[in-house]
Amino acid sequence: MTATAVRLPLTDPASLHAGDSVLLSGVVYTARDAAHARFAEAIDAGEELPFDVEGATIYFVGPTPARPGHVIGSAGPTTASRCDAYSPMLVERGLRSMIGKGRRNDAVKESMRTHGCVYFGAIEGTAALLSRCITSAEIVAYDDLGAEAVRRLTIEDFPALVVNDLHGADLYDDGPARWRRS
Amino acid sequence: MTVAPELRTVDVAEVEAVVAKLCVEANHALREDHVAALERGRLAEESPIGREVFDRLLENARVSAAERIAFCQDTGYAVLFLTIGQDVHFTGGSLAEALDRGVAQGYRDGYLRASLVRSPVDRVNTGDNTPAMVHYDLVPGTGIELTLLVKGAGCDNMSALRMLTPAAGVEGMRRFVVETIEKAGPSASPPVTVGIGMGGTFDRAAVLAKRALTRDPTGSPSPDPKLAELEAELVDAINATGIGPAGFGGTVTTVAVHVEAFPTHIAAFPVAINLDCHSHRVRSVTL
Repeated sequence: MTATAVRLPLTDPASLHAGDSVLLSGVVYTARDAAHARFAEAIDAGEELPFDVEGATIYFVGPTPARPGHVIGSAGPTTASRCDAYSPMLVERGLRSMIGKGRRNDAVKESMRTHGCVYFGAIEGTAALLSRCITSAEIVAYDDLGAEAVRRLTIEDFPALVVNDLHGADLYDDGPARWRRS
Repeated sequence: MTVAPELRTVDVAEVEAVVAKLCVEANHALREDHVAALERGRLAEESPIGREVFDRLLENARVSAAERIAFCQDTGYAVLFLTIGQDVHFTGGSLAEALDRGVAQGYRDGYLRASLVRSPVDRVNTGDNTPAMVHYDLVPGTGIELTLLVKGAGCDNMSALRMLTPAAGVEGMRRFVVETIEKAGPSASPPVTVGIGMGGTFDRAAVLAKRALTRDPTGSPSPDPKLAELEAELVDAINATGIGPAGFGGTVTTVAVHVEAFPTHIAAFPVAINLDCHSHRVRSVTL
């Protein structure tokens, strides 16, 4: 399968289609359940988020601790749907892509189509391989959350597939439909 | 005249050291039989994307073992099954505390993630991946068998238990299994290993399902021919969903279904389904 090199932040999200194999390079921010809950509190309180959401990418991940001399530990995607309750408020504020695993609900998919956000799927059981695609990592917020702290990562040629594109397609529907036996 | 049995004395520090070692090994290197199960899955998979997912899983297994880093970032709950001979006498303090110290040590030594919170309500991380989730069984003799299952939460979350009626029967159970797999879709990180516990009580079925995941080798049939037949049928039904590796579509959604059964009530047919993701991490030792 030929993969296309894609820079983050995305400049032409409409050019991507569900099922496209991509190699992502650029900056992403890690956040999962606990960090998203704090984003919601910050938004409710009218406070700034710990990074500029406009154009940004969130990677749903909580890495293992790095061995000495390593940038980061194993770092595969976690289930994105646990953040479904929070994602639309970030998408509305300009979040342009997300990387995770698993289906998103209809509210998230609708907000992604409306505001121009793409959801990429990565493979959780490749966490050790994916850690090699991460060239820098620094904690930018919520240090007390440990693995769940928000980190700014630089990724290079990080393999993923387009799951939800701007045209309404969903790889998690279309892929299985092709192979289903009745 | 009854002869008093000879007791075997075991220092809990010995158990603690073994648990620490198992935690590191299980998280860094997939058991060989599970690698073999993935290789069989790779051969059976018809979808090009699916085959690529298998290739990457196998490459990930090689890299994590060689570099001694976690196969998956979710280094999970440490689930321990201890089968203890009733003539074993533990010395040196609390066995339960020794198990937790072993887990804490192993998770530190292996650079593994601390993923447990002290309460589902306040959600403060315990910092060392304790407590272990321990199941004890007492058997005759002086042996100790210890099995560690490193259980990721993503797939545990997609597991299910239902109290079927006897009238629903095996057909109802089949439908429940396929429904659970469909609902889990990509979130359980397929290809999954499926542990099914049938019978017993509500709680017994769940423990049986979890224990079923630890069968060695992965994908070997139940010794009970009827259950073995059911396992083969369920593998086919699950793979017919088309969910495929990582949920991207394909012909292999599961690499193994293990069914365990237990006597139950005339009014009951409990069925528990515990899913394990492609990062199926199990290690056993006999002490």
